[in-house]
Amino acid sequence: MNSTYFIELFLGGLTRGSIYALIALGYTMVYGIIQLINFAHGEIYMIGAFTALIVSGALAFTGLDPVLIFLIAAVVAVVWSASYGITMEKIAYKPLRKAPRLSALISAIGMSMFLQNYVLLAQTSDFQPFPELIPDLAFLDPVSNIMNTTQFIILVTTAVVMILFTLLIRYTRIGKAMRATAQDKIMAQLVGINVNRVIMFTFLIGSSTAAIGGVLISSHVGQINFYIGFIAGIKAFVAAVLGGIGSIPGAVLGSFVLGLTESFGTGYISSDYEDVFAFAFLIIILIFRPSGLLGKPTKKKV
Amino acid sequence: MLKIEKLETYYGNIQALKGIDIEVSEGEIVTLIGANGAGKTTTLMSISGVVPPRSGKILLNGEDITGKAPDEIVPMGLIQVPEGRRIFPDLTVSENLDMGAFLRKDDAQIKRDVEYVFELFPILSERRNQRGGTLSGGEQQMLAISRALMAKPRILLLDEPSLGLAPIIVQQIFDIVKKINEEQKTTVFLVEQNANLALKTAHKGYVMETGRITMADTCENLLKNDEVQKAYLGM
Repeated sequence: MNSTYFIELFLGGLTRGSIYALIALGYTMVYGIIQLINFAHGEIYMIGAFTALIVSGALAFTGLDPVLIFLIAAVVAVVWSASYGITMEKIAYKPLRKAPRLSALISAIGMSMFLQNYVLLAQTSDFQPFPELIPDLAFLDPVSNIMNTTQFIILVTTAVVMILFTLLIRYTRIGKAMRATAQDKIMAQLVGINVNRVIMFTFLIGSSTAAIGGVLISSHVGQINFYIGFIAGIKAFVAAVLGGIGSIPGAVLGSFVLGLTESFGTGYISSDYEDVFAFAFLIIILIFRPSGLLGKPTKKKV
Repeated sequence: MLKIEKLETYYGNIQALKGIDIEVSEGEIVTLIGANGAGKTTTLMSISGVVPPRSGKILLNGEDITGKAPDEIVPMGLIQVPEGRRIFPDLTVSENLDMGAFLRKDDAQIKRDVEYVFELFPILSERRNQRGGTLSGGEQQMLAISRALMAKPRILLLDEPSLGLAPIIVQQIFDIVKKINEEQKTTVFLVEQNANLALKTAHKGYVMETGRITMADTCENLLKNDEVQKAYLGM
């Protein structure tokens, strides 16, 4: 066994896992608060990628520093995607808050199809090249055979986002309100929490991290189309279920487990079965731990 | 202080409250007794704004709060301790108390209030870093009342505080409720199935049956009333 190859696959797995984690956070948070699988969440990630593409394209002729262009594009993508997330909640889920859960789920699938086709119409189905804006970092030269610059940036950014996110949930007022709402919505109201605002904020944060993932992966892979959100969304959903849907640490753990499984599976067995590894692993885990790695067993009422 | 007029609340097409009138004056303990399914919890949830009524009026200190959201009602000093305690299971005892003070900004006073509830219930002080879900039923009820006190209630709504607790703990909790009423001048609206204890604690009582108020009197008279004795006191 070649150790360089192993490390390369390991880092590749962490990179994939990072992107899944950035998306899976949104799935698991929304599920934790309103028990809805937001199937349109992957589309938010895709819209984040396209927004960054359009903004960086528009800024390309200004002669600004490419890194600055990248940063501006990323910020605009985050803000724009967050507003999509909030709008989506307002028009597709909020009116169905008291309806059976299946209705909201179908509304989510409809939202996903709508957003995909809307981007398809606006941007065609062809893959669009995503500009290379980040210059190679010199200190990564000696290890360039196992990790490139964009991978490095993905790992660092994800780590920073995760730390900020943890601080937000643990220590801020809105973070506490989110935890309380996830644990007991009626009691949250009785202590004076505005649950609608908490739900809106949940979509805002989830959409923002997904958009960060979208921008990062686009600059790594170098091309995007309207369909990237679907497959990434499904994978991140798998990761969230794997880790225990509703659990935030679970979503992150599930994402890294999934990313590494895929990376080693494709590297050592065959890349033809990339998606098979993800789903086979999900099935195996759920047989032994039906509520996921860190999920709580569902309480039965007696 | 709290005045309810012709309140009607529905769940879908099912009418749970069929036009009820209740009045709670400042400084009083008023109790609402009745069997399971009479509409007692619905009454409290309607007052707190969680289940908005379809018609009727709820006045708090003369101000109409009908149809207001819970987060608008809480800062007015109307605080509910719901049935089943509803402790946040994954938050610690301290964090649960913090949630009670969610809308307050006076940090120094909040700290003093935490000390006050720890004096009322010393066991909570010992358990302050423990997760709420790990407490016993009695401790959870103490925490639920303490969390409500953290919101600085002017009127406290208590829903079945005796439910599922050992008699000695129930007595302890009712003693504290009386103490809060006397020392803090907090008005109390107490919903109970344990009619005997409720009528001995409160000043005034209402009896509820299938969505209607059937009797309203002082607790003294209700304790002597034949019907009440037969139906609720097992005599």
